Parts: sequence; C-alpha cells; structure tokens
Amino acid sequence: MSCQLASDSILYANGIYRVVYEIVGVVLPCWVAYAIAGLVFAFILVNAVLLGAAAITWGERRLLGRFQNRVGPNRWGPFGLFQPIADLVKLLTKEDLRPDGSDRVVFSLVPVLMVAPLILMTAVLPFAKNTALASLNVGVLYILAVSSITSVAIFMAGWSSNNRYAMFGAARAVAVLISYEIPVVLSLLGVVMVAASMSLGTIVEAQALPFFLVQPLAFFVFMAGMSAELNRSPFDVAEAESEIIAGYHTEYSGVRFALIQAAEFGGVGVVAAITATLFLGGWSGPWSEYLGWLWFLIKTGIIVFLFIWFRATYPRLRIDQIMAFSWKFLLPLAMVNLIAVTLEVFLLRGDDGVLTVTDLAIMGVVNLAVTVIAIAVFGNLIKERVSFRTRQPQNVVVPGVSTIEVI
Amino acid sequence: MLEDYFRQYGLIAIFALVAFAVPTSLLAASWLLSRLKIRPQNPTPVKLEPYECGVQTIGGPWNQFNFRYYLYAILFVIFDVEVVFLYPWATRFISLELFALIEMAVFVGILLIGWAYAWRKRDLEWGN
Repeated sequence: MSCQLASDSILYANGIYRVVYEIVGVVLPCWVAYAIAGLVFAFILVNAVLLGAAAITWGERRLLGRFQNRVGPNRWGPFGLFQPIADLVKLLTKEDLRPDGSDRVVFSLVPVLMVAPLILMTAVLPFAKNTALASLNVGVLYILAVSSITSVAIFMAGWSSNNRYAMFGAARAVAVLISYEIPVVLSLLGVVMVAASMSLGTIVEAQALPFFLVQPLAFFVFMAGMSAELNRSPFDVAEAESEIIAGYHTEYSGVRFALIQAAEFGGVGVVAAITATLFLGGWSGPWSEYLGWLWFLIKTGIIVFLFIWFRATYPRLRIDQIMAFSWKFLLPLAMVNLIAVTLEVFLLRGDDGVLTVTDLAIMGVVNLAVTVIAIAVFGNLIKERVSFRTRQPQNVVVPGVSTIEVI
Repeated sequence: MLEDYFRQYGLIAIFALVAFAVPTSLLAASWLLSRLKIRPQNPTPVKLEPYECGVQTIGGPWNQFNFRYYLYAILFVIFDVEVVFLYPWATRFISLELFALIEMAVFVGILLIGWAYAWRKRDLEWGN
C-alpha cells in the first residue's frame, strides 16, 4: 500500500510533509501517515518555540548585560550558553507552592494556557518556501485570534492567585492588551490589502519590496503595539516589579513559573517571526530557495534584537501615558496608514488588479512622507504640557499643627 | 481541493493536541519529581500565605474596586467589530470597484466621528 498526494494538493508543495507522508505511507495506512507527518511538523515547531525561548532568555540577559556595561551570565558553558538549562533544572527541583484560598483548577490551568497558544501561533508560519504546518487562507486572522487567548490566561492568573498585587497586575495587563489590539490589527490591514491575501505564504511572495519599506508607518505601529501586547518594556506596567512585585505571576513558583517565563520569552521569538514574515519578507532572500530557513532565522533574530534594544533603552511609562499612546497616537496613525494605503492601492493598481514593483516603490516613498508628517502631527497632539516654572516652597498653616512646608 | 482544505485543519487539531500536551507533561514531570522525593513538597501555613511583603493580607483580592477602563473596553469592542468587517474587504479590495471604496469610507468615517467625539468628551483620559 502506498499513499500519494495529488500534485494539485496544497500539501503537495510542502516538501517535508510530502516526503514523510509518502515514506510512512509505504508501510502504514494513509490516515496514520497523515497523522505522523503532522506530528513530525509539530515536533519541529514545538522544539523551535521552546529552544527559541531558551535562547532568548540567554540572549536577552547577555545583551542587557552589555547594554548596562556588565557581563551577564557567563559561567555555564561557553559564553554562558548552558544558563537556560541550569535555570530549568533549578526551577524543576524547586518547591511548587499554591497559596491558600487560590482557585485550584484555574491556577493550574494558567501555565498551560500561556504556552499552548504561543506554540499554536507558529502553525501558519512559513519558515521556508511552501513549508508551514498549514498554509491557511485566513492565516493573519488565525494568528490574531489565537494570540488573544493569552490575555484570558493572564487574567485567570491574576484572579485565581488570591493576591491583590496579582489582581492589579492582571487588571493592568488586560487594559493594555485590549488597547493595543486595535492599532495592531488595523496596521495589518494595509499588509493584507497590498498582498490581497490573508495567507502568510502569499504575503511573503507578494513582498517584491519588503513591506517595512512599503509601509513604514504600519511597521512602526505594529512593533510598538506588539511590544505592549508582550508586556515588555516600556509598556510593562503589568509586572512592574517596583510597584506590584511581579504582577499577575507573583504567586507562581517552580515549574509553573518556568512555563510562564517560557511563554514570555517564547512570545518574543514567535512575534518576531511573525513580524519577519509580514514585514521583512520572511524566507525570501538571495542565492538559493533552499536557504529560506536561514534568511527567516536571520530576520527573526534582527527583530528579537530590536525588542531587546527597546527594553534596554526606554524607561517604563505610566498607565495613563500608555493608554494615551495607544488611543491618541497609535490608533490615528494606523488609521492614517489604512487610508493612505487604500488610496494608493486604488490609484496605482493595474486593470488586472496587480501591483508591480514600481508601484510598491512609489507607495514606499509616499508612505515615508506620510509617516514623518503623521508622527510629527500626532506626536505634537499628545505631547504632555510640562511647565518648567520653578515652584517656591509655601508655608501652609494648619490649625493645631505646626507650620508644614509644602513643596 | 475541499478535502485538502479540511486536512489542513486536521493538522492544526493534531498540533493543538501536542501544544497542550507539552506544558501539561512538564507539570506532570514536576508532580512526579515531588513523588520521587527529588523535589521538596512540604507546605506550611506560613509558606502558603499570599505574598504581601511579609504582612497579613487584610481582606481578599476579590473586593470591589474601580477597574477604570470600562470605557476603553466599550471602544475596544466597537473597533474590533469594525476590523472584523474590514478584513474581508481588504483581502479583495485590489479588484473591487470605486463603490467599495466609498462604502467603506462611510463606514470608517462614522466610526472615526464617534472616536473623535469620545476624545472630545475626555473619555480617552485614564480615570474618567
């Protein structure tokens, strides 16, 4: 018995899948071959996410060390490369506490619900030509839908911990997450419009010119919004250690804490991979199409570095500043981008509904000007009016109390 | 082709099983380690207190407090629904007529007026 994929099938184009399917199909029934080929892909992707998370914990600590003029972890293995393994062993052998009065089921579900959507998000990512677990035609929507499960998990963590700080952290996190969802989703509309598809594979192929050059404004909004969605500095009020200990994961310890941290750092990697696919051209690169995975990794690495750089550079914002940044700055910018791209596509498209490379280049130049003007205008609108007049200390007389100096 | 389409969702279903199994298995491994006495597990009442910088928590975390951002939440729902309508339109926009552009301009325009009104009424300020 042997299984063959029809050559017009979507799965036929996927080299890894086809080879596994046909080899296994020689000995086993076709539906088993189908499941095994899927499991091979799942194995690759799960390992990529978890090893990526480990690599990013190491890279982030090393780079933050360099940014702050110190060395960072350098004891275990060459350049401290085994540090993530040491961390995992330590956290696995630590006592795993669940505080009194916490909700047992919800509390235990949280680590799973943080990691699983993250791994699921990678299902539609093409990490080489035609190589994704499933090249869905609604890829962008799938990613947006799956990624919003995380906000539920964060709120569950805060609610079930029986800890006020965790509750505050969760409330802040949800406020930030719902506010930045809108600009992120709106900024992706421009990408979808130019590529005329929501499938990530088609979006990569449409990038004759990478979309961060064609739509710099969308790229800016997406990066800023995603930093907030990941609860990273400068938007990390949800786990501001100087105010509310660790926010929603205050009460987590042992392996549950390890899973939550893995979700946080893995999230950086997955979001960087999505950004690389949507804006940097994903697997496309010079030389050979078999080197696609290498270009993909390099581009992902650049975005990860950018996220770490942001974290090292910007101080934490206050919650009202974060809200104003989203609703009064990023949202109008995303709208400006949407309107500009709509008009450009409408005016530049050919009769057959195709945008050539020249059209994309024109869009890029126009959009760069739009970006500069829009950021200047809306940046001026939300600028905080600070008066630098020095205040004189005043003597205030309170009945019954001696004079208090108020500054 | 249609069968092919559902096959992809089948693959995602398999992947979802794996994605949920991996973190669950780590939790199970941790439980097993505590059973094998490799990992300590001896909770005391003091250890199990909610963390509050060393003092006793007064009252639970579930008393009423002002979440403050319910106005943002309402705006979020409105804009999210808008975006759901915009996505299919954006996917096919490259081959649509002028009518589609005007129609969506009206739709987005009404929302933008509402958004400007919310800004004007200071509903976008934190804590109002």
